[in-house]
Amino acid sequence: MRESISINVRRSQLGRARGVGAGHSGVEHWRIERITSIALVPLTLWFIYAMLHLIGAPQVVVAAWASNPINAVLLLVLIVITFHHMHLGLQVVFEDYVANKWQMTLMILGAKSVSLVLGLMASVAVLKLALS
Amino acid sequence: MATFTLPKNSKIGQGQTYKAAPGATRTKQFKVYRWNPDDGANPRIDTYELDLDKVGPMVLDALIYIKNEVDPTLTFRRSCREGICGSCSMNIDGGNTLACLKAHDEVDGAVRIYPLPHMAVVKDLVPDLSQAYAQLRSIEPWLKSDTQPPPDAERLQSKDERAKLDGMWECILCFCCTTSCPSYWWNGDRYLGPAVLLQAYRWIADSRDEYTGSRLDDLEDTYKLYRCHTIMNCTETCPKGLNPAKAIAEIKHLMLERQV
Repeated sequence: MRESISINVRRSQLGRARGVGAGHSGVEHWRIERITSIALVPLTLWFIYAMLHLIGAPQVVVAAWASNPINAVLLLVLIVITFHHMHLGLQVVFEDYVANKWQMTLMILGAKSVSLVLGLMASVAVLKLALS
Repeated sequence: MATFTLPKNSKIGQGQTYKAAPGATRTKQFKVYRWNPDDGANPRIDTYELDLDKVGPMVLDALIYIKNEVDPTLTFRRSCREGICGSCSMNIDGGNTLACLKAHDEVDGAVRIYPLPHMAVVKDLVPDLSQAYAQLRSIEPWLKSDTQPPPDAERLQSKDERAKLDGMWECILCFCCTTSCPSYWWNGDRYLGPAVLLQAYRWIADSRDEYTGSRLDDLEDTYKLYRCHTIMNCTETCPKGLNPAKAIAEIKHLMLERQV
């Protein structure tokens, strides 16, 4: 026989659809995600090009390359934009796929924290290399 | 996390096979999803072998033939049988479409017929669309204007203004697009889905409507609008050849435009 179904939502479909209304956010997130992804195209290509040239180079040569102000600034820009894009993108992935609200919030906070720490570590490494 | 396998009581079993009458020369198999809420059994796939000399060209013709001649318990929605009412939307050969607009000779081999994906099933091929209908109601799909129309005439539009509604007024609300959207599958309780967003844009783009700003306000939400990740299944599947993804992009564009 059919199992009895317990119904614990009696709110009307319209009430559920309206929910708590619009959050009035999302435009900025959407915009920055796109701007950063466009910026990453030339920056990443430049980075790959530069690294191919430095393959096998001794530490002194790499340090000299990184201490060039233009290279140092571009590296820092690449790092900031990469990690900014990363935490924004991961946030969307977790919002999409993690159904449990607590779990989702923790994972988003975790992704943002990891992005921040990794971004800062990479920036300090570049600064150390460039200023040494 | 999202679940990628069906729950135990939703696993689909093998159902009955109904053979065509002996002597049939041109036959085709139709494998149809069956589920009855009253018998407590799991869903099953019934196979109907039909004599194509007796069946009309469309999948809906085959379903009506099955119901009339083979198995009257088969349940599905249909009304106009010419692609204007939106009732017979279902998943045919892996894609959402209208059974009345899909010719069965377009499908190689057996024709697999399922209800629209990821909606609760009422019975057989009938999905529960009450959530999607309520979401449509929530965007208030009617003209809102504070200016009274002239007492002796209708509200006028220029030809250019009217042209902006082309590609949207044709939507028949079959929800093929909404139920093809993975974002709607995972977050349909909050994301409005392509059909409803297309309708929202239909009123945003209407020159006679005076509530454009408040309509945009109501959509400005990380879930209601921004769960759209431009997957494009909606546009791919629309049996009327419309482009809900473009309508959503236009809404996002307006969101941006009013801020910069």
